[in-house]
Amino acid sequence: MKIGITLFSALLSTFLFSGCDRSDPATRTTGDADLSFVPPGQHDEYYLFYSGGHSGQVFVAGMPSMRHLVTIPVFAPAPGKGYGFDDKSRSMLGKFTWGDIHHPGLSKTGGNYDGRWLFVNDNANNRVARIDLSDFKTKQILGPIPNSSGSHASSFVTEDNEYLLVGTRFSIPLPKGRYAPIADYQTEFAGMLTGIKVDKETGEMSVAWQVLTPPFNWDLASTGKGPSHDYAFFTSYNTEMAHTLLEVNASQLDRDLGAALNWKLAEKAVADGQYELLDGVPVIDPRKVPGLLHFLPIPKSPHGMDTDPSGAWIVGSGKLSPTAAVFNVEKLLKAIADKDYSGENRGTPILKYESILEGEVPVGLGPLHTQFDGRGNCYTSLFIDSQVAKWKLPPWTPEEKANLEKVVLDKIDVHYNIGHLVIGGSDTREPYGDWLVAMNKQAVGRPLPVGPALPETSQLIDIRGDKMRMVAEAFTDKEPHFAQVLRADMLKPIGVYLRETSTDPNAVWKLEDAKVTRNGNTVEVNMVAIRSRFAPDNIEAKVGDTIVFHITNVEQIAGLSHGFSLNEHNINGSIDPGETKTYTVKLDRPGVFPFYCTVFCSALHQEMQGYLAVKPADDAVGRGSTKSAETASTP
Amino acid sequence: MTGTLSALVVGQRSLLGREQSFLRKPLNITSRLVLILAAVLMTAAVFFPVWKIRLVAPQYRDGLELSIYTWKLEAGNRGQDLVEINLLNHYIGMKPLEQADFLEMQWMPFAFGLFLLLILRAAVLGRMVAVVDLAVLFGYFGAFSIGTFAYRLYTYGHNLDSMAPVKIEPFMPMLIGVSKIANFTQSSFPETGAILLFSSWLLILAAAFFSRKEEAW
Repeated sequence: MKIGITLFSALLSTFLFSGCDRSDPATRTTGDADLSFVPPGQHDEYYLFYSGGHSGQVFVAGMPSMRHLVTIPVFAPAPGKGYGFDDKSRSMLGKFTWGDIHHPGLSKTGGNYDGRWLFVNDNANNRVARIDLSDFKTKQILGPIPNSSGSHASSFVTEDNEYLLVGTRFSIPLPKGRYAPIADYQTEFAGMLTGIKVDKETGEMSVAWQVLTPPFNWDLASTGKGPSHDYAFFTSYNTEMAHTLLEVNASQLDRDLGAALNWKLAEKAVADGQYELLDGVPVIDPRKVPGLLHFLPIPKSPHGMDTDPSGAWIVGSGKLSPTAAVFNVEKLLKAIADKDYSGENRGTPILKYESILEGEVPVGLGPLHTQFDGRGNCYTSLFIDSQVAKWKLPPWTPEEKANLEKVVLDKIDVHYNIGHLVIGGSDTREPYGDWLVAMNKQAVGRPLPVGPALPETSQLIDIRGDKMRMVAEAFTDKEPHFAQVLRADMLKPIGVYLRETSTDPNAVWKLEDAKVTRNGNTVEVNMVAIRSRFAPDNIEAKVGDTIVFHITNVEQIAGLSHGFSLNEHNINGSIDPGETKTYTVKLDRPGVFPFYCTVFCSALHQEMQGYLAVKPADDAVGRGSTKSAETASTP
Repeated sequence: MTGTLSALVVGQRSLLGREQSFLRKPLNITSRLVLILAAVLMTAAVFFPVWKIRLVAPQYRDGLELSIYTWKLEAGNRGQDLVEINLLNHYIGMKPLEQADFLEMQWMPFAFGLFLLLILRAAVLGRMVAVVDLAVLFGYFGAFSIGTFAYRLYTYGHNLDSMAPVKIEPFMPMLIGVSKIANFTQSSFPETGAILLFSSWLLILAAAFFSRKEEAW
């Protein structure tokens, strides 16, 4: 009943607002594509890093052109990049062939992006990964994280890359692998907030500590800044602690509990030994560390929890409440100091909602996420309304405070059902504040029809003026959730791996050093790939051998990658200039198998091929054909 | 008639005499300083490339660059441009360019040392004849160097491996100027080092010029 009234009133207000929004119909329906036009040969001003959702990848586009640049494989094999075929990336992927990336987070120094790494989460297999922005490649996959199941509320980076914060979306009996009846959910299941430490030099991630929570479903988070620097703020959507039919059972309370986690205190608690090891991780019981964890009520079934650039305001959005709740960090810190509680949940104090709230802004239906332009404006995505609402951050005038509809400044239609939205640098101290990208969930009728599985739409909105302007629309594969925007001049990606910096002990750089070595049943091939040949290119082995190809692409010119496909052995490598990659193949049948370069490298690319001849096992021991290596090295 | 003939003989004698006396002229201070300057420029030339070859193609927008010093080959992009040039040349069967093959680079420093000594000797002795010797020798040396360089280019362009994947007519790479080879635009021009060396030669000539009115010894 109450939902009905709220929805109705919200619908009404949305209707009223949309009435005044149609003042500029031309730009709103046709777009201002010229603003996003980047002529051939010129570069975009920004990189746009989309999470690729359950594709397990990151999509990179240029902004404002919105043209797709490249896809960075993270949690899924990608034949086009040879990712998941060489020994190293295969071992990094482990037993999984996919992941579900939701929230990319750029590394920060001093509260602003430093252009070093992009962190992403895997909601399906509880992992986080680090992409190095010097070569746009995945360098580390950490996980599955112990005691955590569904790392949805991540990857949120603190102001100086101290931690990557991860909240588990699903609660499970701990430690992992323990059975408990699902009906005992409330007593046997637990939630967990995790601090992943990031090495400041290398970016190497490690699980530092975890904070035990009731079995809520931790959903989203943001890290504090300035006055809220020590905190991270989380939302959850199942304060009811339901274990079945969550759609209904987790939507009963008018407010769910979010969390204010003091990560500095977590760090200190671990240093003081106030933890218990669980599955190898120091797990802190928040009841034993006062100040570590406070709950805060957030309007019904919240999703986004976003800290503004100053760190003084936090916006929590309730999916089933047509408002954005603005929390005042000053009041929040005071409430913590004064122990201004409205109760507790399993020993963790709940801050009094009225004491920390600045106001509930009637933004529209289905508010999900809020971004900031750095000029005192907020932009909230409205899933149900299919709109973006622009509204004014506090401080508000008394008149505005009396009627918060007055702080809602503008609305724009998006197509359709917007999820996340992103403004470059919104989660830093200095947002770029010029463009907003709306990432929409339903593309019905927008792209050329491509059958029942539709692409996702991203819409570029100019937010430089008072009124938002729709500028361009782009389509991606499924499924971007959140994105990050980085100024292009922040990055200077390498063009080649310099020969001088190669550390691979198996690298060979000269044709005459290419060789085949047999050691028992292992045949090692140190191979050179260069335009337009492999050396050696005729190799012999026998059934039962394990053949290990160490292939060095000795090119030192940007863009000259070579590929390596071993026919009918599921090997498809791509080796970038100066890179050495290793491919291990167990030979299980006789025959002669061609291998060839899969990356079009040169005029004689087709000729860049060779043969692996595999003798039957009972044949005389096949020797590696060193002769062929010599032949190949003669120009 | 006789008078005319004897005048001619006298004239001839006096002409030769003038040359003789020119070679016996001392060098004034200006000439000596100009010689010192020539020595400085010659020394400076060692630090600059004397020739630069550039290859530009659509896919090599920044070009491949080869700088030729009197004593070394230096390729752009940390030396990678030479690797790249050789890699491309292997398609037409051209022998790889290697510094070790440029024998003149080994004796060039010695030659320049010798010329420096000769310049300083001329400046100290102050004899016109020494300057003229120097100008002639150095001029010959310069012409010879350009000649061997041209011959080297000729050799590279004409000794092509018959097994090369791409068979092309032997060719003379451009020595000075711009030419088009397949998709590449090759440009080849003297560089700072060559300008310094040529200026050094001009200064030697100027040293002679500035003392042209001195009294012969």
